[in-house]
Amino acid sequence: MAETGNTRPPISREDVAHLARLARIAMSDSELDHLAGQLEVILGAVARVQEVAAVDVPPTSHPLPLTNVYRPDEPFPSLGADAALSAAPAAEDERFRVPRILDEE
Amino acid sequence: MSATDAGDLTRLTAADLADRIARHDVSAVEVTQAHLNRIAEVDEKIHAFLHVDTEGALAQAKRVDAGEVSGPLAGVPLALKDVIVTKGLPTTAGSKILEGWRPPYDATIVERMRAAGIVVLGKTNMDEFAMGSSTEHSAYGPAHNPWDLDRTPGGSGGGSSAAVASHQAPLGIGTDTGGSIRQPAAVTGTVGAKPTYGGVSRYGLIAFSSSLDQAGPCARTVLDAALLHAVIGGHDPHDSTSIDAPVPDIVTAAREGDVSGMTIGVVTQLRGNGYQPGVLARFDEAVALLEKAGARVEEVSCPHFDYALPAYYLIAPSEASSNLARYDGMRYGLRVGDDDINSAEEVMALTREAGFGAEVKRRIILGTYALSAGYYDAYYGQAQKVRTLISRDFTRAFDTVDVLVSPTTPTTAFRLGERIEDPMAMYLADLCTIPSNLYGGPGMSVPCGLSADDSLPVGFQVMAPVQADDRMYRVAAAVERALGTDRLLEQAPAL
Repeated sequence: MAETGNTRPPISREDVAHLARLARIAMSDSELDHLAGQLEVILGAVARVQEVAAVDVPPTSHPLPLTNVYRPDEPFPSLGADAALSAAPAAEDERFRVPRILDEE
Repeated sequence: MSATDAGDLTRLTAADLADRIARHDVSAVEVTQAHLNRIAEVDEKIHAFLHVDTEGALAQAKRVDAGEVSGPLAGVPLALKDVIVTKGLPTTAGSKILEGWRPPYDATIVERMRAAGIVVLGKTNMDEFAMGSSTEHSAYGPAHNPWDLDRTPGGSGGGSSAAVASHQAPLGIGTDTGGSIRQPAAVTGTVGAKPTYGGVSRYGLIAFSSSLDQAGPCARTVLDAALLHAVIGGHDPHDSTSIDAPVPDIVTAAREGDVSGMTIGVVTQLRGNGYQPGVLARFDEAVALLEKAGARVEEVSCPHFDYALPAYYLIAPSEASSNLARYDGMRYGLRVGDDDINSAEEVMALTREAGFGAEVKRRIILGTYALSAGYYDAYYGQAQKVRTLISRDFTRAFDTVDVLVSPTTPTTAFRLGERIEDPMAMYLADLCTIPSNLYGGPGMSVPCGLSADDSLPVGFQVMAPVQADDRMYRVAAAVERALGTDRLLEQAPAL
């Protein structure tokens, strides 16, 4: 049997806060606490996948055995700038306008 | 009111409507207007539609009447799940983060349906990003089951199934990642098919879990589902996971419905504890009728199906956590907190906090956990191995049987609010449908009567080998024929 979920420490508020940072989702403390409890239950249930001894079983990432699917290398028109920018929250000079990405100038 | 009442065009099948339109007994505009009127009359109670495109629908109907487009379903109205992108027409995937978004392109299946003369009435309600089994995770409020307005029409494609069940449209499009076409079909007394993975293009299907997502037809009869499947199916160079081979002859299979000489396997693991007695009674009755129709029936054990649900709830959230990273408030959709002080990263976090609902956040966090260093092997990696074992169960079973069958869902439609605070209870709704997604083969639900427990519809699931969608339609059509369930919706309460 593979290592079981029982050896995993319980999910804490700090754990969820770390995952939320990785996933770029702001969360209040009460949301973090609520989610920690729910994650604990869900992880306890899904840890059952570890009951299946599977050292020699290859993983499946996809239902179709496809490799290197190509299409003919022919140029065709792409979406125009107007169409691409039509749903932008902010646009300027034919570009997406985004908030600052650096901490300081 | 009977299905043959020619006075009500909304009671006819898609095949019948197309036939009458082709013979000029009725115009496509009249058919479309009748369905738009029905939407205006009943959708306040059902909430199947998030957006009705009256103008676009009538314009398309006029093109059919003018002979500009034709096909076996020309002029037939359809309810389109809001997870499929439509050029210029609002597309939200049931999420606030895409509120007001008008995509700059059409999905391949939308292009194919337009070219075939199908009339898209509007976009249907769904659980946000197709994550859920009840439509209660829609950011725009839930849809209601026409059989009992206090119950859910299933999910995530509950809007399409409810629209079809309440005669607002004879056809619908759904998408099925873990059961989102089949489970709503089962609990609304309609037909829903998940084609073989890769059988219908995913280009323009807003991604939830790319190795599992598959679009497919919703209808009131097996033949109607097959006709729609034939229009949308087939190779698409825009989707590199699309199968480059012809769609099996599903329409002939649906017309014939002949199971004589077939071997049908009843899955041991998909019955027993947790299944309502009324569901099992109807299922067993349908199996007996298939035997009477000339099929051989045997019980088949698929031991790893017991691990399908846990594997799915690792694989799907993991893929979702990656797919949904695109909603960052930079290029389209909602942007929150852009005050010239917050950084791009802070704006992303605030946008995603405001734009995503509780279930989507829960799955993103779960997926982020399952993929993180230190836990990857024990969770995501192990789930991928289980996926292999489940596929082996299928291929081994198909060495001896032609199709596998089970109830589509363990229970009939549950009440709104009943499972919303208990994610694991909600996830159980997809217990029987998930194995086919993990394997990649086709699966469909056909009604097999009403449960004696609560007089609500029960779904019969047929699962077939990869690229043997025709077998699935053949068996579903036999069930429909033996039980007369193409008329089941006549027993639904009037709205």
